[in-house]
Amino acid sequence: MKHTIKELEDIASQIRRDIVRMVHGCQSGHPGASLGCTDFFTALYFEVLNHKTDFTMEGRGEDLFFLSNGHISPVWYSTLAHAGYFDKSELATFRKLDSRLQGHPTTHEHLPGIRIASGSLGQGLSVAIGAALAKKLNGDKGYIFALLGDGELQEGQNWEAAMFAPFNKVDHLIASVDYNGQQIDGPTSKVLALDDLQAKFEAFGWHVINTDGNDMQAIVEGLHYAKTLTGKGKPILNLMSTQMGAGVDYMMGTHKWHGTAPNDEQLAAALAQLPETLGDY
Amino acid sequence: MKKYTYTEKKDTRSGFGAGLHEAGKKNENVVALCADLVGSLKMDAFIKDFPERFTQVGIAEANMIGIAAGMTIGGKIPFTGTFANFSTGRVYDQIRQSVAYSNKNVKICASHAGLTLGEDGATHQILEDIGLMKMLPGMVVINPCDYNQTKAATIAIAEYEGPVYLRFGRPVIPVFTDPDQKFEIGKAWMVNEGTDVTIIATGHMVWKAIEAGEKLAELGIDAEIINIHTIKPLDDEAILKSVKKTGCVVTCEEHNKFGGLGESVARLLTTELPTPQEFVATNDTFGESGTPDQLMSKYGLDAVNIVEAVQKVISRKK
Repeated sequence: MKHTIKELEDIASQIRRDIVRMVHGCQSGHPGASLGCTDFFTALYFEVLNHKTDFTMEGRGEDLFFLSNGHISPVWYSTLAHAGYFDKSELATFRKLDSRLQGHPTTHEHLPGIRIASGSLGQGLSVAIGAALAKKLNGDKGYIFALLGDGELQEGQNWEAAMFAPFNKVDHLIASVDYNGQQIDGPTSKVLALDDLQAKFEAFGWHVINTDGNDMQAIVEGLHYAKTLTGKGKPILNLMSTQMGAGVDYMMGTHKWHGTAPNDEQLAAALAQLPETLGDY
Repeated sequence: MKKYTYTEKKDTRSGFGAGLHEAGKKNENVVALCADLVGSLKMDAFIKDFPERFTQVGIAEANMIGIAAGMTIGGKIPFTGTFANFSTGRVYDQIRQSVAYSNKNVKICASHAGLTLGEDGATHQILEDIGLMKMLPGMVVINPCDYNQTKAATIAIAEYEGPVYLRFGRPVIPVFTDPDQKFEIGKAWMVNEGTDVTIIATGHMVWKAIEAGEKLAELGIDAEIINIHTIKPLDDEAILKSVKKTGCVVTCEEHNKFGGLGESVARLLTTELPTPQEFVATNDTFGESGTPDQLMSKYGLDAVNIVEAVQKVISRKK
C-alpha cells in the first residue's frame, strides 16, 4: 500500500469538497455520481494505477484509464489535480469560458490526463478495448481501466463491446460499472431495468467481481484482486455498488442530484460534512 | 480536349485494397478493422500479410469506430472498412465524439458509396455522406475517381496525421489516371484546360465529365475540367483561378446536391467570386434498386446531363 486507508479517505474527502464547490461555482454539472465514484477514483489514482503525471497520450509502460460516463468530470478533474497532473487552482475554471475543464472531458483543450472525449454515452468501453489492443500490438505492459455508468449500459454500443472483448481475449482490461441504480429520469429499475448485470456480463464471457464502491478498503482490495484475474483470457468486470451523492447526506439515495447544483446554503451544509484535508483550491 | 484513354476497367474499392496493402508494408503502425465486409472492401491482401494487424469486429460499426479511436492512443493508424452508409450515418456520433472532436488519427474508409452500389437499393446507397462528414470540424473528406487515384489516396492518408473520410465505390470504371501519381491531399487535378466553362467533378463523375468534355468539344464548347478529389479542405485557389477565366461552373458528384461538393464550391464562389453555377447531383432523393448505369441515368448523373448543365450555365453568363 502506498497510502493507509485513512490517508485515502482523507484525499476522498477533499475531492468531495472540490466536487460540490466546482458544481456550485458554475451552478451546473453532475455532483451525484461524481460523489458516488470518489472512492473509486481515489483508490485508482492514489493506490492502484501505475501512471505518470508527466502526461503522454500513449502512456507507454503505464496503466491507462478511460471514463465513459463523462458527465462525472468533476471527480476526475479533482483527482487529476490532486494527483499532480495540473494545478488545483484550475478547478475554479470548471465549465467556464476558455477553460480546459470542459463540462465533459475532452482532449480538445489538451488537459493532461484525458485521452478521449466522452459525454455522449456508451462509447468508452470500445475506446478502452482499442487502447488495449494497441498496447498488446506494441508489446507494451500495462492494464486498461475503464469506468462506465450503469444507466449508460442502456446504450447498445456497450453490448457490441461486451461481446467483442471476451471473444478476442482482451484480458488486460478491467472495466468497472458505477452501479448506483439511478439515472436522470429516476431509478434504473423504473426507467429501463438493468436486472442481473452479473449474469448478463458472465453470459457474454466476462469474469465479474462485485465490490462496495463506497468502502475504501473494499475498493482498493477489489481493484488489486481484479489485476490478479487478468491474463487468463477474460476481461474483468467490476460491478461496483455505489450511492449517488455519497458523503453528502441530503444528496444520497436519490436521482435528484444527478445534474443539479447546490445553492449557497446547500453548499455550506455539504462542506460541513466534508473535512478539508489537502487545502481547498 | 485532351484525349484520355483506358485499357482496363477496375473498381475503386480494389484501389483501396491495393493501397491499404501498400500502406501496411510501408508502416507497421497501419492497422485495419472491418465490420464483416472484408471481401467487399478488398482487404484480403492486407489480412494475408498482416493478420495480427487486422481486427474483425463483426457487424458492430459503432464498436469498430470506438476501437479504432482507442488504437490511435497506442500510436496505431487504423483504417476502418465498411459500406459508406454504415461508415457515416450509422456511426455519426461515434465519429463526432471519439474521432473528430478527440482528433484521433482514424481513416474511415467507405466503399459502395452512392447510387452505383446498384441493386441493393436505397438502404445501402448513401447520398448524404459527403455532407455529413465535411461538416465535422477537422475532418478531411476525399472521394477519388479511379483505381489508381484511390490507391494513391489510400497511401497518402496513412502519411497524414488526423481524421480522414475516404469514399469510394463498387462498380468497375475506366482506369485513366497515372499509376505512379503522387496524391496530394487538398490539391485539385487539372484534367483539361479550357476557356468556356469550368466543370468540377469528383469520384465516379470525373470520367463522365471527360465524356461530356468530348461531346462539348464537338459542339464547339471548350470546357475546363477540374478533378476535386479532396472535398475538404477544398482547393480554393484552383477553383477561383479557373472560374475567373471561364465565368461559369458546373459541379458533378454522385451525391445529394444538398451538402455535397457543389455546395462547397457555391460557398466559396458566393463569398469570393459570385458565379453562375449548375449542379449535376441527386436532388433531395433516395435511390432505388437497379443496375449502376440505369440508376446514374435515371437520377441525372450521366455525361448528357453534364452537357445540358453546361449549356444552361453558359446561357446564364452575363
